[in-house]
Amino acid sequence: MAANITIGPIPYHWPAAIKLEFYRRMAEEPAIDEIYLGEVICSKRAPYFDNHLPDVTANLMAAGKTVILSSLAEVMLPRERKATSDLAALDDIELECNNAAALYARGRRPHRIGPFMNAYNEATIAFMADQGATHICLPSELPAPSIAIAAAAARALGLGVEVQVFGRASLAVSARCYHARAHRRTKDNCQFVCEDDPDGMPLTSQNGTPFLRVNGIQTQSESYIDLLAELDDLDKLGITHFRLSPQMVDMAGVARVYRARATRSISIEDAGQQLRALCGATPFSNGFYHGVAGYQSVPDLAAG
Amino acid sequence: MQDRDDVLAELICPAGTPAALRTAVDAGADAVYCGLQNATNARNFPGLNFTPDELAEAVRYAHARGVKVLLALNTYPPAGKVALWREAADLGARLGVDAFIVADMGVADYIARTHPSVRLHLSVQAAASSPEAIRYYCEHFRVKRVVLPRILTIPEIRAIRREIPCEIETFIFGNHGLMVEGRCSLTNYLTGQSTNMDGVCSPASAVEYIRHPDGTMSAMLAGFTIDRFGADDKAGYPTICKGRYQAPHRPEGYYAFEEPISLNLSRLLPDLISAGVHAFKIEGRQRSKSYVRNVVASFRKAVDDIRAGRPANIVDLIALTEGQKETQGAFETKKWR
Repeated sequence: MAANITIGPIPYHWPAAIKLEFYRRMAEEPAIDEIYLGEVICSKRAPYFDNHLPDVTANLMAAGKTVILSSLAEVMLPRERKATSDLAALDDIELECNNAAALYARGRRPHRIGPFMNAYNEATIAFMADQGATHICLPSELPAPSIAIAAAAARALGLGVEVQVFGRASLAVSARCYHARAHRRTKDNCQFVCEDDPDGMPLTSQNGTPFLRVNGIQTQSESYIDLLAELDDLDKLGITHFRLSPQMVDMAGVARVYRARATRSISIEDAGQQLRALCGATPFSNGFYHGVAGYQSVPDLAAG
Repeated sequence: MQDRDDVLAELICPAGTPAALRTAVDAGADAVYCGLQNATNARNFPGLNFTPDELAEAVRYAHARGVKVLLALNTYPPAGKVALWREAADLGARLGVDAFIVADMGVADYIARTHPSVRLHLSVQAAASSPEAIRYYCEHFRVKRVVLPRILTIPEIRAIRREIPCEIETFIFGNHGLMVEGRCSLTNYLTGQSTNMDGVCSPASAVEYIRHPDGTMSAMLAGFTIDRFGADDKAGYPTICKGRYQAPHRPEGYYAFEEPISLNLSRLLPDLISAGVHAFKIEGRQRSKSYVRNVVASFRKAVDDIRAGRPANIVDLIALTEGQKETQGAFETKKWR
């Protein structure tokens, strides 16, 4: 059975109208199985969409999608602590924990482990499973040999295992907002300038290479991770969920390409060409998976 | 919760090498922290850290002088390599280290089960920045002390102190990391070596300085220009989060994350003590013996003065940064964020 296709939480500060339209399209797209909702990066953004969440959740569920609410990656301020404990108190919807504060609030009730939780190894996964985790999203920097061992351990414990196969990698988070800093503001006085960059703000090195993207307190890769050519291997390793992280591209189209490749109804070459057509000039990378520098794009060895 | 009179203001000092360890002990450290020569700690740099024999000797030397040894096992084992961290923990327990500094839940769980008599300190690499997150580690692994991320203001630290059942350690001096520790893959993205899994940050093996015909100098990491310096400027080390880059609104190039700057909280020591900080950590396992001697001795005197109710001579501490730019980071004001 082919793995499920999931849509990760939107990392950017898209206006509510854009998010509503985005999720309307996701609901209609048969290639998508599961959708993560909620603000993961910046607690200041959450009020712009929180009151839409119940309707969006209901619409997605009515369309047959599994919906999971993702918790904040960074929890420090009182409003972040409250948002996290409120989320963990919900019993009628799945929760993805991205901070130990969420694990604390959730206790042993079932939950998923998000990519910010650093589930790097079989010992950590076993501990998390013992505490009620039902599903693990592995860190995106984990190389294939470790993915294999982590996935086997998780599967043996009956857990779902997820790997991000598309979209910018999260490379760092900080207490400081780098969007505000770029505009000579502070986090408390940011005026939500991150809304101007719906696919992140590019940082270019002084020899002219764009290589990072700023998204508020988060630093992302310039390249989109693309593991289309590795989906067969991931499937064999027991990965149950392929995560697509939302970018400002036709994500329904991206999902269709990954679905087609996951079900082997299209060649790697054709899938790659279709994905390229959807993503403009943004570079693709799979270096983390292959154990080299993350930005690199290692040619598919199996196809050679 | 502990009472205020438990607060000892311990001085926790870096020991990158056996020589630095003896220097720190002799200069007045209450405890030293060190790591083994492998990926099990977050300063896995060439020429640093301890062999098992050196660690055994270090524990003897420190304990004979009433100084504690804390072993950093604060990286995240990638699946398939967990045994290396367990062996390091077994070794440390056998040699009698006073605490392990851990970040990974699997490593913490193993030590809590296998070596329950050895204290666990939660590394800054675990990024526990709320009372709930800290309590999670305390309740599951019997963590006795948390090293707080360098992102909190003193009022926030004071508030956390009231809500957690363990001691607090904060960094007070040295290199000032910008990203949430334990959540940073910048180095792996550019070099293929991971901070979390390999204990490597902007590794020297990937560094190159290129002098241009106009006299300017590029500091490169794995082929990426991290900064460019004028002919008369001192070229800095190309740490990714301290580089100068261009953004659409900053075409001139700017420090997108932070300037190359040192953390120096010497002015805030009394406030930190009154906020309930139990231990002060000095960064710098990669530093020279003379640096360790100067910094440890100066802070020893300052902490003793404060404990005794005397005004500390902070001028000496401020001078330690030797003309470098320094910051009080997030500790003084949330405007830093």
